[in-house]
Amino acid sequence: MDWLGTIPFFGYVALFLLLPTLIVVIGAFFGPDGLTLSNLAGLNKSFIVSAFFNSLLLSAVSALIGAVGGAILAYAVATGNRNGAFRRLVLSACGVLAQFGGVTLAFAFIAAIGPVGFVYVWLQQHGVDFYAGGIWLYQLKGLMLVYAYFQIPLMVLVFLPALDGIRPQWREATESLGGRTWHYWRYVAGPLLAPAFIGALLLLFANAFSAYATAAALINQGSIIASLQIANDLTSEVGLHQPGIASAEALVMVVLVAVVMVVYTVLQRRTARWLR
Amino acid sequence: MSRNRRRKLQFFRVVVFLVMGAFFLVPIGAMFEFSTRGTGLNSARTLSAWITIGQTPELVAAILVSLGLAAITSVAMLMLLVPTMIWVRLRVPNLTRPVEFLCLLPLTIPAIVLVAGLAPEYKWVSFYLSDSILTLAFAYLVLVLPYTYRALYAGLSAIDVKTLAEAARGLGAGWATVMWRIIVPNMSGAILNAALLSVAVVLGEFTIANLLNYVNLQVEIAQLGRANAGVSIAVAVASLLFVFVLLALLSFVGGPRSQRMRGAQ
Repeated sequence: MDWLGTIPFFGYVALFLLLPTLIVVIGAFFGPDGLTLSNLAGLNKSFIVSAFFNSLLLSAVSALIGAVGGAILAYAVATGNRNGAFRRLVLSACGVLAQFGGVTLAFAFIAAIGPVGFVYVWLQQHGVDFYAGGIWLYQLKGLMLVYAYFQIPLMVLVFLPALDGIRPQWREATESLGGRTWHYWRYVAGPLLAPAFIGALLLLFANAFSAYATAAALINQGSIIASLQIANDLTSEVGLHQPGIASAEALVMVVLVAVVMVVYTVLQRRTARWLR
Repeated sequence: MSRNRRRKLQFFRVVVFLVMGAFFLVPIGAMFEFSTRGTGLNSARTLSAWITIGQTPELVAAILVSLGLAAITSVAMLMLLVPTMIWVRLRVPNLTRPVEFLCLLPLTIPAIVLVAGLAPEYKWVSFYLSDSILTLAFAYLVLVLPYTYRALYAGLSAIDVKTLAEAARGLGAGWATVMWRIIVPNMSGAILNAALLSVAVVLGEFTIANLLNYVNLQVEIAQLGRANAGVSIAVAVASLLFVFVLLALLSFVGGPRSQRMRGAQ
């Protein structure tokens, strides 16, 4: 009978997390005339397909940038004083920056490298005009750069524990067996860190794929990525005539993210085994 | 480690921190710079954009509304999670995994997907309950679950809940006393952590408010940004500083290392 005490929690979560998700999943299969597969079929339009393709591309690129940049930064942090104030400061900053997104982030980049941003203006006055071919900040390329701003800190937060788990004995063992730095990374540390790295990469991918607010604030014309397309179909005229289309798109998104997160969880468990 | 290798490592670290520092500080500095621009090309720096914040009623309203939402969400989250987690830990440990799974589930369900399912629910809420923006707290509570669960779990794990509870019960305390007067004071750091995390998430939330047609702080910043960029960037900087101070408090309060957080974009 003790489980009754958990009813408020389960009830609340059922009502405000599970029910909306169910509404989306079921709504994908409902049209104006009842149960139908036409919503899913309707996803076959070129602009919707290209929105999802752009999302995949953006997520992959920003995950790679974040993973590589974040791994380098994490390595720089891990090789420092483990109890130092500097490390705590950097980790706090990463905690803030990983959350920093959406409107504020978009405005920060517009203020920095937008058409009237001081970096752009300063460079222009010295002869460098990086918008000569068009203002890429408001396009997919711009999003890739802006996403790095929260992907790199997130990578640091997720990957640092794995780096902390590296024991100096491994390096010593490699050296006593005659190995150099390259052997160490290629045969010892690399394979051990690989699951953690790939897992973190997947997490960054899912993170970028789900993102909406930053893109909404930067991109005023068109819905070039999946989350913008969903938002558009939720609030537009077409969406009203085809209520299931937004749900169908959302279903595709949540399935993709769920698959990525499952693989991530599996890799996390494998990592934990080695680097406890 | 050989002298040579150590020197190379130090050089590498300095370069990395300088480059990364520049990359992350330049946009923030740019926001400060933008919000203090005067009119005309070479005019002096001015705080007029910042002062205008107080004179823009929609902005002030949005700030107050977001602060209110943050407070309501934090309190409601604590009232829901703390008793549940203590109860599960003490009486129904088999439910730990399901509770954890549900709390971490919002990380897998993108906000944009969640809002697609919340829209019909909120039509019902605004019709039968209230159409105040404060009803967003229902959705925000779900959004903050992953971060706050981890913070509270760390706090609970750091103390010996079972022994404390048994001792108190042995002295005749009821469950309410056990939770409120024994366990909660012992995890006050984690509770504060969780509350600060919720505040940070709620203040930065845009997606759900925007797509449900409510005007919170981030939505107002975005709308105002089209008309008056300087003022909205000033508010953005202010809210960023506010959140940074809150989260800086985190690393000094609450003992266990602050949890990993996922971005909320």
